[in-house]
Amino acid sequence: MTKINQHILTCGGTGCRASESKILAARLKEELKNFDLDQNVKVVESGCFGFCEKGPIVKLLPDNTFYTQVKPKDAKEIVEEHVLKGRKISRLLYKDPTTNETIDESKSMGFYKKQIRIATRNCGFIDPENIGEYVARNGYEALGKTVFELKPDDIINTIKASGLRGRGGGGFPTGLKWELTAKSESEKKYVVCNADEGDPGAFMDRSILEGDPHSVLEAMAICGYAIGADEGLIYIRAEYPLAIERLKIAIKQAEEVGLIGDNILGSDFSFNIKLKYGAGAFVCGEETALIHSMEGFRGEPTLKPPFPAERGYFDKPTNVNNVETLANIAAIINKGAEWYSSIGTEKSKGTKVFALAGKINNVGLIEVPMGTTLREVIFDIGGGIKDGKKFKAVQTGGPSGGCLTEEHLDTHIDFDNLLAIGSMMGSGGMIVMDEDDCMVSVAKFYLEFTVEESCGKCAPCRIGNKRLLEILEKISNGKGTRDDLFLLRNMSEVIKDSSLCGLGQTSPNPVLSTLDNFWDEFVEHVDDNKCRAGQCKSMLKYVISEDDCVGCTACFRVCPTGAITGSKKEVHIINQDLCIKCGACMDKCHFESIELIA
Amino acid sequence: MTKIKSLNDLRKLRDQLQSSIELRENAESPDAVVQVKVGMATSGIASGAREVFNFFAEVLPKREVKAIVTQTGDMGYKYAEPIIMVTLPGKSPVVFGKVDIPKADEIIEKYIKHGELVDGIVPESYKTI
Ligand SMILES: Cc1cc2nc3c(=O)[nH]c(=O)nc-3n(C[C@H](O)[C@H](O)[C@H](O)COP(=O)(O)O)c2cc1C
Ligand code: SF4
Ligand code: SF4
Ligand code: FES
Repeated sequence: MTKINQHILTCGGTGCRASESKILAARLKEELKNFDLDQNVKVVESGCFGFCEKGPIVKLLPDNTFYTQVKPKDAKEIVEEHVLKGRKISRLLYKDPTTNETIDESKSMGFYKKQIRIATRNCGFIDPENIGEYVARNGYEALGKTVFELKPDDIINTIKASGLRGRGGGGFPTGLKWELTAKSESEKKYVVCNADEGDPGAFMDRSILEGDPHSVLEAMAICGYAIGADEGLIYIRAEYPLAIERLKIAIKQAEEVGLIGDNILGSDFSFNIKLKYGAGAFVCGEETALIHSMEGFRGEPTLKPPFPAERGYFDKPTNVNNVETLANIAAIINKGAEWYSSIGTEKSKGTKVFALAGKINNVGLIEVPMGTTLREVIFDIGGGIKDGKKFKAVQTGGPSGGCLTEEHLDTHIDFDNLLAIGSMMGSGGMIVMDEDDCMVSVAKFYLEFTVEESCGKCAPCRIGNKRLLEILEKISNGKGTRDDLFLLRNMSEVIKDSSLCGLGQTSPNPVLSTLDNFWDEFVEHVDDNKCRAGQCKSMLKYVISEDDCVGCTACFRVCPTGAITGSKKEVHIINQDLCIKCGACMDKCHFESIELIA
Repeated sequence: MTKIKSLNDLRKLRDQLQSSIELRENAESPDAVVQVKVGMATSGIASGAREVFNFFAEVLPKREVKAIVTQTGDMGYKYAEPIIMVTLPGKSPVVFGKVDIPKADEIIEKYIKHGELVDGIVPESYKTI
């Protein structure tokens, strides 16, 4: 009998590939052959399951078994024990971090329970390199309906009624943007997909492109039909080689069957899609800079208006949308605006994809309905804080966002609620911090990023952010004063008010939100020379414990500054004025008698 | 693949291709479909469990029954192998023993399709597998 009765999905996302998932897939196929099961079991390489930290992920179907951290050498056991004999391999099953119980069905994992997958509906489910699997999941149905059954106005009205707002950070209503571009008179118009994804730690757009590239292509064509464009461009950073490869395959396959290209499905609507590569500058994600970069000019923002919808790529009306925004479109056309707008909050409809990172048990990619609380995301889906530590803060919105605290945990996440508490939705990065994180250092981290990424066009952004960073460095070096704290706030306000583009206008947010929410910690740094998290090196002291020191002189000999005094068999002492806190003595001491104290 | 020339052709193609992922689709909502678990301990395999498993996996989709057919380790009724457990949507699981191909056929036609009980039910208060 030659009937496929089981599927083994292996993750072919960037994260899992980095830990040999490709070799694993090949090994599984080999073993299936060895056991004469290759006619009964199909190995499918899918996109990201969102559980990258515990990758490579392998999922067996139909019994929904979810194996984590699978290595190529586990292939034989999976085939012999599970596929052949139906015995699950418990050491590969996911362990609930709070209860320590093994969970053998992905359906019962807390990580997946509260998720609703719309934009990532096919990620980790289909083979992204096989257009047939996308079509089998009702793929290109929405484009077909669009071209044959709907008028441009119908589409625009549906998207407007759905309440979808841009997922690239700004939250601008998508239907309204399409309408504006549709209304701009021109022979030639463009649809641009923004796949620049520059936020540190963000990888939702990459995962969608790697796991379900056709959902983006289909949406671009639908948008083209709605606004009157026949050409689409995807601006993607060159650091995303796998996403680029999958997009190329997807475009080729869609062209071959007539779903993208000239005369789509035999209609008189044509839509061609090309890739444009970016070098990975954060500011190039800003839409005007992005357009200049595509035109071959420097990636610098320009003043709006004119908006791209009026004058964009080579001065033609251009509709720019984010990857995740587009990934929602086909689902909305197929299932209707009413369905979509029934999910979410009053002013933010649908779902949002977040990249959960930091001191959290389940690091990964999640998609939840708008209105889910931060607490649910961090504790129910994220599985709580690592190593039983205490939650301290969560950073949302990347370099444009802010740090939120315990008291914000019950906030229902949506565009407006996050703004109201001094942060932002941004593109969906979410970094969780525990008691060991110093908030001055966190503000510094984001500012270092913006200083690096500012295009330099305007003085407040170019010079102001640099000054902010210098003050933060001064504070963490123990040289800050109360005046510096007020200066930080003042300068932040000025930079926000006087910068040209969104980068400068939001860059001081991490500083302002940490000042607002962690004022005491800043004060401790400047008044008491104290860093309660123990991260600001200059505020720590290396001391030798009188009780443990045996006087072996090992530290004395290794200290580069001569800060240590004491003779053989006597307790040694560190002169704090001379110590440069290199830590060499602590590494050398065999008796663990040197301590670092806050 | 050749060019798809109309919306109708696209839909036809979709319906054809659906079988390639049906197994995954059904697994998304296990409680809404028929679940068949086949005991696959070594003694089960020796007594023909694999053939029975293949039979269910192949025949159920052909007879248009939405089902998930999985295998499981030892079910603990060695005397009655091959053993299967069938769960109809919204019903409690029922265990059948000494299932060969003709018996499997009868289980599909009578119990799975129409809910009629057939001989061979293992009566003990079975343990869930
Ligand atoms: C500094 C800066 C960086 C940005 N980076 C991105 C990005 O990486 N991806 C993105 O989609 N939008 C980014 N945006 C937002 C875009 O300018 C634009 O609003 C968005 O692509 C529009 O698509 P949407 O309406 O679908 O969100 C950035 C904006 C600024 C100011
Ligand atoms: S605000 Fe900063 S990044 Fe934006 S245009 Fe001005 S200098 Fe460039
Ligand atoms: S930390 Fe470095 S400089 Fe300070 S006492 Fe130890 S070895 Fe010397
Ligand atoms: S890359 Fe494999 S789970 Fe994300």
